[in-house]
Amino acid sequence: MKVCSEGLYVEPGGFYVDPLRPVERAVVTHGHSDHARPGHAHVLATAGTLAIMRQRLGEGAGATTQTLDYGEAIRIGDVTVRLVPAGHVLGSAQVVLEHEGTRVVVSGDYKRRFDRTCAPFEPVPCDVFITEATFGLPVFRHPPDLGEIDKLLHSLSIFPERSHVVGAYALGKCQRVISLLRAAGYDRPIYLHGALEPICKLYEGFGVPLGELRPATVAAKEELKGALVLAPPGAVADRWARRLTDPVVAMASGWMRVRQRARQRGVELPLVISDHADWDELTQTLDEVSAPEVWVTHGREEALVHHATQRGIRARALALVGFEEEGA
Amino acid sequence: MRNFSALIDGLVFMPARNGKIRLLADFFATTPDPDRGWALAALTESLVFHEAKPAAIRQLVATRVDPELFALSYDYVGDLAETVALIWPERPERANSLPPSLTEVVETLRATKRGQVMGLVEGWLDTLDSSGRFALLKLITGSLRVGVSARLAKTALAEWGKVDLGDLEECWHGLTPPYADLFAWLEGKSDRPAAGKGAGFRPLMLSHPLEEEDMAGLDPADYAAEWKWDGIRVQLAARGGERRIYSRTGDDVSGAFPDIADHMTFDAVLDGELLVARDEGEIAPFNDLQQRLNRKTVTAAMLKEFPAWVRLYDILFDGEEDLRSLPFTERRARLERWHDAVRPRRMDLSPLVPFEGWEALKGLREGSRENSIEGLMLKRKDSVYVAGRPKGPWFKWKRGALTLDTVLMYAQRGHGKRSSYYSDFTFGVWRGEELVPVGKAYFGFTDAELVELDRWVRNRTTRRYGPVREVEPGLVLEVAFDSVHPSNRHKSGLAMRFPRVHRIRWDKPAAEADRLETLQAMVVG
Repeated sequence: MKVCSEGLYVEPGGFYVDPLRPVERAVVTHGHSDHARPGHAHVLATAGTLAIMRQRLGEGAGATTQTLDYGEAIRIGDVTVRLVPAGHVLGSAQVVLEHEGTRVVVSGDYKRRFDRTCAPFEPVPCDVFITEATFGLPVFRHPPDLGEIDKLLHSLSIFPERSHVVGAYALGKCQRVISLLRAAGYDRPIYLHGALEPICKLYEGFGVPLGELRPATVAAKEELKGALVLAPPGAVADRWARRLTDPVVAMASGWMRVRQRARQRGVELPLVISDHADWDELTQTLDEVSAPEVWVTHGREEALVHHATQRGIRARALALVGFEEEGA
Repeated sequence: MRNFSALIDGLVFMPARNGKIRLLADFFATTPDPDRGWALAALTESLVFHEAKPAAIRQLVATRVDPELFALSYDYVGDLAETVALIWPERPERANSLPPSLTEVVETLRATKRGQVMGLVEGWLDTLDSSGRFALLKLITGSLRVGVSARLAKTALAEWGKVDLGDLEECWHGLTPPYADLFAWLEGKSDRPAAGKGAGFRPLMLSHPLEEEDMAGLDPADYAAEWKWDGIRVQLAARGGERRIYSRTGDDVSGAFPDIADHMTFDAVLDGELLVARDEGEIAPFNDLQQRLNRKTVTAAMLKEFPAWVRLYDILFDGEEDLRSLPFTERRARLERWHDAVRPRRMDLSPLVPFEGWEALKGLREGSRENSIEGLMLKRKDSVYVAGRPKGPWFKWKRGALTLDTVLMYAQRGHGKRSSYYSDFTFGVWRGEELVPVGKAYFGFTDAELVELDRWVRNRTTRRYGPVREVEPGLVLEVAFDSVHPSNRHKSGLAMRFPRVHRIRWDKPAAEADRLETLQAMVVG
């Protein structure tokens, strides 16, 4: 196992995990664009991830693709590979690698709390745990999801004449917010920015019910008053949003925990809803997988490395560049 | 505390001024006395708790959180109160205790002996949620920084109570927290509280920048011109034995300028420019004045090295007589008469600048490259002295800016809403083969440009010094500034006045940026 410019390379298997550049053999943890990049010759992933990649990348999803179900084992070179649910988005997986009696788990992006749009994270005890650390600082503690959804519904009741536009990433966050709204009893139509529609359809195809969805782009201005509209974060403050009357701008993201971050985005109603583990979940997971060695990647590595070291774990930061904040 | 913390959160997230006013008005309408009064005191910075310094809060949090994790978090969040509010470990067993009210917090802190404060704060932090912790910490450290100036708070009060803002300002200095008499007046339950008899602040009259297109519609004969001095606006109020020096926002800065206050042996309220002047009226560069600003007290050495001076341009009260309803020319005549009679030390009159027509005035404006002059002021001869910034009576007409092509050298993360962006830029020019820093700028670019600049800095960092990144010399910033002065505080020996990023020259090679000699040639005075 080593880190090179293409990404994380599993030498005895001759393949990469979430490579940043086109490679011969890739194992992809999930469909976000910083992990699922185009142009690999051979891609191994879950059915959900492959479907997302095909929809987003078309031909670029891989010259040949191979589905591996959760829990199923496959041999690549000298390595046994399994994919285990990561609870991040539909199809997201941890990669469990076994070679000569040593087990390494690459977490990919993950979260620990309940999400009806994807399979829940399963901790796998291992010798080396390679963990993400997007929210790897103790200031990040995501509050309960439904409390955040209540804030949104409360605002809708106070400002019934204003559209509420929620910035949410197209893959994962959007469907999760819809699913949470439905769970909270919101049964009116939800309006979508065009960029969000295809993935919602895909989720429904995988058996995730999202209720009545309507395109926001063709809806009459009058119809959007007091309505809930979901849009990609970039569109919320853009010209696209001008069709909305005096909108309340909300954003669903773990970053919303930090006031100044929310302010920078011009957000009036920050919703702390994240598809990544917060600090407590990250540290809880380190305890559960009880790996004597931990590598920390993309995010705020230093704090988690410090925490792990304090607990007697050998920990180091893995310098992987190119991972961004999509889906946070 | 809940109403107050909800208000603070709302204000943090509300970008629009009118939205802030609405939030404040709602708060005043729905929060009982004395909570709302204490909140108003906090917003207008009329509450100071000496024991709750940031250092004490850091010490407190160090007893509960790993210091390394705290340091990393603080570095990321960029705001002490917010970091502590978010990181504070909640104690499940305290979840059912009742959090304190704002009044309880304020009254307890006021009655508490030095040394016991942090114990109380710790107990409160344990019972509050993260919003409450944030509001508490902002409150006790005395810097809410929620984008609400004292003036905006007063504006909200005036709008909510349907009274004139000037009326409110007039009586403000006679009031003390928690302002029960003020709220009674605003709710129509009593008359306006009496204006303070002493040297209260009278709201200032402000000017608009003059746009070229304005000039066509203006008759030069209607206006008097004065130089616009490069100092800070002050109001000198000496009434009934009390002497006060106020900044333009009504902050009392008397303590920092005893060399002026000592000579306010008259009974009048005057408007003028605070400057540093040696040898009776020889105005020093703004840099010298800067040594005297933002200080509560001043040393004898500073008084000697940077002696203050006030250049007077208006008179509001002569003794008991309120002159504000007189036209400018009459007030000016009264000011001159008053000055002749009183002859206060460390003060002189700002002369009128005679001119014939706009073209001639334009020539005068461009010709004025003196250190202490920023441009011209135009005041309508018939203008009465009114509070605020009415459009038309007074204009400021700054002379054109100088510009220079500089190279970005260092970037530092900003504060507040820019805390995760590299937004404070140090730039330099070439001296031989090396770059020497000549100034620092942190505005003049759009939010979209800031995102680009931030990315550029992150990708081109060559060294890091704490929060500062050194970058490769590859980006040209065209910097605009009002003037440049010799300074021994900078390696280049020069300091710019009011520098800002004028344009980002993505296209221009760094080697083609300006040289130090070019900047040296721009020094005047």
